[in-house]
Amino acid sequence: MTAGRAPLVLAHTTAALLAAGCLGLTLWRGLDEPAVALAFGALVAVGELSRWSGIGEREPAPLGAAGALSYALLGQIAGRPTHHGVAQVVTVVLAAALAGCVPHVARGHRSTADHLTRRLLTVGFTAVCFQPVYRQAGPHGWGGPAYTLLVVALLVLTTLCDAVLAAALAHSRTRWPFGPLLRDELRARLGIGSAVCATGAVMSPAVAVVGLWALPVFSLPLLLTQLSYRRYAAVRATYRQTIASLARATEIAGYTPPGHARRVAALSLAVGRELGLSGPELTVLEYAALMHDIGQLSLVDPVPAGATAALPVEEQRRIALLGGAVVRQTGVDAEVAVVVERQADPYPEQPVSARIVRAVNAYEEMAREEAGPGGPLSALERLRLACAGDYEPEVVESLARVLQRDGLTLPTAG
Amino acid sequence: MGPVRPSAAAYVGCAVLGALLCVAPLPELPVPWSAIALLAALHAGCEQLPLPRALGRSRAGGSPTPPFGRRALEGMGTVYPVLLAGAFLLPPAAAAFVPLPGALLARVAERPSWLRRGWRAARLALAVWAASRVHWSLGGRDAVAGPHFPDALLTAGAAVLAFCLALTALDGGILTLAERVPARTAWRGLFLRSLAPVAVHGLAGLMMAVLWRSPYGPVTALLVLLPMYVSCWVFAQYHRERAAHQATIRALVQAVDLKDGYTRGHSERVGQASMMIARELGLHDRRVEVLRFAGILHDVGKLGVPTRLLRKDGPLTPEERRIIELHPEYGHEMVRGIGFLGEARSAILHHHERLDGTGYPYGLRGRQIPECARVVAVADAFDAMTSTRSYRRARPVAAALRELERCSGTQFDPAMVRALIRALDRHGWHPVVTAEEERGNAAPPPALPVAGQPAGRVPGGGGA
Repeated sequence: MTAGRAPLVLAHTTAALLAAGCLGLTLWRGLDEPAVALAFGALVAVGELSRWSGIGEREPAPLGAAGALSYALLGQIAGRPTHHGVAQVVTVVLAAALAGCVPHVARGHRSTADHLTRRLLTVGFTAVCFQPVYRQAGPHGWGGPAYTLLVVALLVLTTLCDAVLAAALAHSRTRWPFGPLLRDELRARLGIGSAVCATGAVMSPAVAVVGLWALPVFSLPLLLTQLSYRRYAAVRATYRQTIASLARATEIAGYTPPGHARRVAALSLAVGRELGLSGPELTVLEYAALMHDIGQLSLVDPVPAGATAALPVEEQRRIALLGGAVVRQTGVDAEVAVVVERQADPYPEQPVSARIVRAVNAYEEMAREEAGPGGPLSALERLRLACAGDYEPEVVESLARVLQRDGLTLPTAG
Repeated sequence: MGPVRPSAAAYVGCAVLGALLCVAPLPELPVPWSAIALLAALHAGCEQLPLPRALGRSRAGGSPTPPFGRRALEGMGTVYPVLLAGAFLLPPAAAAFVPLPGALLARVAERPSWLRRGWRAARLALAVWAASRVHWSLGGRDAVAGPHFPDALLTAGAAVLAFCLALTALDGGILTLAERVPARTAWRGLFLRSLAPVAVHGLAGLMMAVLWRSPYGPVTALLVLLPMYVSCWVFAQYHRERAAHQATIRALVQAVDLKDGYTRGHSERVGQASMMIARELGLHDRRVEVLRFAGILHDVGKLGVPTRLLRKDGPLTPEERRIIELHPEYGHEMVRGIGFLGEARSAILHHHERLDGTGYPYGLRGRQIPECARVVAVADAFDAMTSTRSYRRARPVAAALRELERCSGTQFDPAMVRALIRALDRHGWHPVVTAEEERGNAAPPPALPVAGQPAGRVPGGGGA
């Protein structure tokens, strides 16, 4: 337990030390160019205020990130050199981010500490790499396209470090495998992350040429991006709700017991993570698990207790094919339909997601059948014995690990 | 789109001629050819950039989008900043040349392709020329080169306004001539709708121009395009997801269709009639959309009714009828978790209530029944009467309306019935999926009224 949390403690301690040191140094030396500091601080604070924790949102405050990065990369303003150092950059970003976080903390969002840690460490890293080098070269040593290319390279490096940091923090919080988490973080960086980097890289030369006018002008396109992302996330959330409702159709029609689809989806997701599936694969898995029983709607009479795992194989396949036909009409990824269709095939012929859905579904049905504290254990035992052809041993083992970790309880139906 | 009308072709011809006149002084001008070439190549590249396509939008989107208005703004995320940067950097004739190669090389899906390519190129060239002309005459060139800042913003704002006006005027003209849209509808809203996005693109273009002129050079200016492209890409993703979502809503209905052969065509038509009533009542667009979904999903609770009962061949016992009358509550239970449906959820729960309080499930009366439920109840009964069922023929629309009027006050809200009658007077009744079509590809229909109600009685949608 404590070993798993080591990266978390380490990151938080480093960020706290960095913040305290920079704050002390700045207090001792005083602020250089307070107007510029105030303008960038306001930008970061506004960015943080508009922060938003949605589903799959990797960079919740793109404007705050871009503002902080561009302050770290600022060497000139309207043609005159600036004099702020690393300590001042970190202090300004810290103060602004703290101010912007107040409403979020008041509303009880839990991720604020991690968010601040990441912001401080990445900004500190960028400033430490950039400011001393820039000061050494002098105001005329840099300029032109070479400057931009160097800045872009530095930002790419920063982004990579940030992705590693984010994955490490998520890993120590959730104990999901590190590799897939890192892969998902990196993939997410391609979208909003690249927009943030480009804005950060462009904002500092623009301020160097134009002065502080560049800040509002440059914030606008990024704000537009942020808005698009929110609408996208909102429609994704609604979409998920609709799929979940469609999945409940079988429960309301009396074909499956209440909460079955949701429990199978939650357990399948946990097993999928344990097996190292990536973000998009997990989405496919979740949708398929939610809708795996939908073929039963075509049956005139319900299967007793909705227990398809006990049916003859031919009947199982028929229901699976009917389900696939319904899923194909829903407009979800065709892969979801494939998983639903193949859920009754022998496991060597199945895609991984279908193996997971099959094993988890069987487990859920068996565990329910045998009420009482021994139910889950004996269900696992029966799955292990049946491994020969139906359920893949690796999937069953990771299901066992997931169950052991979560205390052998089923996710409760709500 | 059919063949191009001669007047539209003449209009395009004039536009092309105008564009040529704009570009004509180019050979005599001392212009930076390398900048023109770079911007033109950039524009051509942006035109070719792949974006995720929205799938099945025409079906799922509901209202057809005008061919030049909306689509133009979605796809132009990176194109407009490049063009406007050109307008801010170059003299008018040179700026007008920038869009030509890209527009002429771009792929065109519909025929006649050369006419369309010519139109696109001329349209952009004329608009960019107008923007550049305004910018030039206000002295924006020096403001950008300076850079002198509040001035540069003002001149750029004026140029963006000119750009937007030129585009609106040209688009409105082609809509009137080629698509026979009445002139007033063609221009209405076109300008205001496009001004905000074009203004954001204009700011990006201004920043590109300023950085282009600065010691940091064109390479830095290119980075401005990245956030614009990402934004545009996400926007396209949003549309794709939205279309998928609407397909899923329909899948909910199709799931009912598996059990009860009538439901799908009926659901779509009830959605359409609800929407017509809502429009006629002057409801806000959002509520109209919600009511369409309420109509489409009103019978989704039939999923909870045993299939044997829905397909039962013969009269229903009181016990069986009671089970069928549970379907509004099942439906509400199903869609409870879908946040965006809003008041459509109460419409699903209450669409079998009657004004005199004898309906189900709660026996609400009068104003206690939510407004949206009263709308769906009328739409449901109307479609149930005007579509052919296996147990009776469809009634003519006029007869159905007479029947609705007869029952208004006791069963239906008179305001909704009147709204339906007015809407039908104005637009007629053109159902999206007719009952006959539906019969062709649906499961074998039940031989008797599903809810077991005699054909003569106004079913209140119960027979659907």
